[in-house]
Amino acid sequence: MNYALVFRTTHQTMMAEEVLSLNSYYFDTLPLPKEIKTGCTIALSIQKDDCPLIIALLKNENIVVEGVYEVGDAGWKKIDYAHKVDRRVYLDNNASTPVAHEVVHVLLPYLEEHYGNPSSIHLIGREARIAIDEARDEVATLMGAESEEIIFTGNGTEANNFAIKGIAELHAVNKGHIITTVIEHPSVLESCRYLEKYGYEVTYLPVDAFGLVSADQVKNAIKKNTILITVQWANNEIGTLQPVTEIGTLALEQGIVFHTDAIQVIGKIPYDVHSLPIDMLTFSAHKFYGPKGCGGLYIRRNIQVLPIIHGGKQERGMRAGTENSIGIVGAGAAAMLLKESQVEDSTEIKRLRDLLYEGIASSIEGIKVNGDPEKLLPNTLNISFKGVDGESLLINLDLEGINVSTGSACASGSTEPSYVLKACGVSDEYINGGIRFSLGRENTEDDILYTIEKTKEIVNRLRKKQ
Amino acid sequence: MSKQDKKRVAVLLSGGVDSSVAAFFLARDGYDAIGLTMKVWQDECIKTDRENCCGPRALTDVRKICHILKIPYYVLRCEKEFKKRVIDYFCQEYSNGRTPNPCVICNDKLKFETSLEKAREFGADTIATGHYARIHERVVCGKKRYVLAKGVDKKKDQSYFLFNLTQKQLRHVVFPLGELGKDEVRKVAKENGFPVHDKKDSTEICFIPDNDYKSFLKKQHVKVKKGNIVDTEGKVLGTHEGIQFYTIGQRRGIGIAAKNPYYVVRIDVEKNIVIVGDNDDLLRKDCVVNEVNWGAITSLDAKMNVTAKIRYNSPAVSAVIYPLAKKKVRVVFKTVQRAVAPGQAAVFYDGDDVVGGGWITHEKD
Repeated sequence: MNYALVFRTTHQTMMAEEVLSLNSYYFDTLPLPKEIKTGCTIALSIQKDDCPLIIALLKNENIVVEGVYEVGDAGWKKIDYAHKVDRRVYLDNNASTPVAHEVVHVLLPYLEEHYGNPSSIHLIGREARIAIDEARDEVATLMGAESEEIIFTGNGTEANNFAIKGIAELHAVNKGHIITTVIEHPSVLESCRYLEKYGYEVTYLPVDAFGLVSADQVKNAIKKNTILITVQWANNEIGTLQPVTEIGTLALEQGIVFHTDAIQVIGKIPYDVHSLPIDMLTFSAHKFYGPKGCGGLYIRRNIQVLPIIHGGKQERGMRAGTENSIGIVGAGAAAMLLKESQVEDSTEIKRLRDLLYEGIASSIEGIKVNGDPEKLLPNTLNISFKGVDGESLLINLDLEGINVSTGSACASGSTEPSYVLKACGVSDEYINGGIRFSLGRENTEDDILYTIEKTKEIVNRLRKKQ
Repeated sequence: MSKQDKKRVAVLLSGGVDSSVAAFFLARDGYDAIGLTMKVWQDECIKTDRENCCGPRALTDVRKICHILKIPYYVLRCEKEFKKRVIDYFCQEYSNGRTPNPCVICNDKLKFETSLEKAREFGADTIATGHYARIHERVVCGKKRYVLAKGVDKKKDQSYFLFNLTQKQLRHVVFPLGELGKDEVRKVAKENGFPVHDKKDSTEICFIPDNDYKSFLKKQHVKVKKGNIVDTEGKVLGTHEGIQFYTIGQRRGIGIAAKNPYYVVRIDVEKNIVIVGDNDDLLRKDCVVNEVNWGAITSLDAKMNVTAKIRYNSPAVSAVIYPLAKKKVRVVFKTVQRAVAPGQAAVFYDGDDVVGGGWITHEKD
């Protein structure tokens, strides 16, 4: 009898093959039967006796075995061994996504071979330069922009700082008024508060129970000296989508610059930025299967902004500093990957998200879904469990191998309720119990069923305790 | 053994050598260990972080150790509770003319109450710490009893700080270092590449790393009232800035010039006076201890010979305890003791076993 090891991704299968070869274990590759759905298309067949040692060996190398099957004449049968393997279900894709295998493959040579400074004139430099140009093209294409309209930055936070302070700087003499919302990312809120110290005026619009602002609210807040409207497209905690088209149209009519933090949108909802009334848009590579350390700002061709990082003439003089060629190449590769698969991925991710919601709603009482039920990111589900401390639930899920968040990553702590949920007016009994599940392209139906089961178990246990 | 078959134990990690090695033993012995760190410091501590402090740097060490041990760790935000239950108590005791013992309170209320509750939420029925102490299961009066005892390393023994743990708490506690010496613990830490193996032992109160408790009290805005400093005859010798800034046995900083040094011998809260005298005035042959938590015995019915420890840094001395009430005893020392300070814990031992312990009061009898 042989056992077949099934992995989560092709990448992990390949790593496992390498480890087994290095350790002189014999294995065959087998095509996966249709009924076993996973990111990987082949399985490794090994001798039964080797099984415990091999799994331990792989675990040591951080290679997760998704399932162990007995392969007999009757077909493939999943065996209990799989349950004894530590499971990892990653449902925190709004915090960061795994770097896609295809992306890793593309960027690795930029660490080892094409290490040049893109500003250098020689061959090694030119290799890095052309790679950045191509990556910029890919990112631009994904969002329907021109390559010249993309400025790469160190991360999404920097891009938000750049957009807001870069516009403010243009009005350094007369200052001016900025409109934003209370549930923006801290990089927007803190940039605005910083400008307030220097005499700028900021209106922080409240949101309704679903986390929405209306175009009317924005309209009423506009003043003669309004220089910028910055409203996020999707909220990272609750997934609510703001009416950016309406707000942008309004801004356009009034001749006010409109910026949107779209970090959570790229790769989840296809869009064409030229057909939208958006002047500036923030993105970040590690939210769409690219590496960390690379964000960027789309700036519509006729919009003037001043740089906030000064130095060399990189990024058309808009962002000084040697380009992070590895990060940028990774962003480009991820954009290329998503261009092909984002529609299909999002449909499947939404199906799994809805399955997760159905599973939880039908088996656990006293829950409240945070965020707008319709104007919602396809991958995000933020649920509060009445009387359950969100952080305790998070830790218990982690101990079962399921990774989720309570609100934004830095605000973890049972004592400080999420400012986003607070702004939505979530009642006391629910506010500390908010958990964010954010799905990604690597999740399987099995992951979701496991998550529903464990969530049910833990919530019941935590409630019984009281 | 798979994760599911292992017993889960939460280990409280401070970032120091002892708790790290305690975690190591649990992981080695096949427990499903999870690390918990109590964040007791306020966010402003980040600016003034220093070595041997419970602050952010300690958290970095916790992360490194858990990474080496391959165990998960979580930070419990206890700063509000720590402020309420430990720091406020600390200030209040000084205002009451007593010398506080914040470590005992922190153990009782935070480490073995709040953290234990959290650990149980996380599926761990047992909590472990790096204290040098042991817990023996004994049968006392026909019933199973968990008896706290000194750690094998007598120099490091920390049972004094743990005397107030209840039976309910002791049931859920393990001290993996109870049988070990500090040298062995350091050796294990070094062998395993723990970054903290040569970290200094913390000796001060964790939230006052510079030992300047007067400045600390001022920063905490305790209400102070000036008053007189008098000698044992009642003669006024000078003025004090507030009784909080004086502690029994204190010699320095009294601010009175005299041929022979003066010591603080008593603090009278009602009259708001600090009474000073010479070294002999500090000697006591007995004291009253109340709120006693019984350990190896369930109650005291007749006098009992014990050794008594009246502060962490001095050895246990021979004494006899006499019952005054259910949780109140009179302690008579074999030889007179210096600076018996109300507010400090008195812990009684029978050999290594903790017989009981309580709080030294102002009362004469």
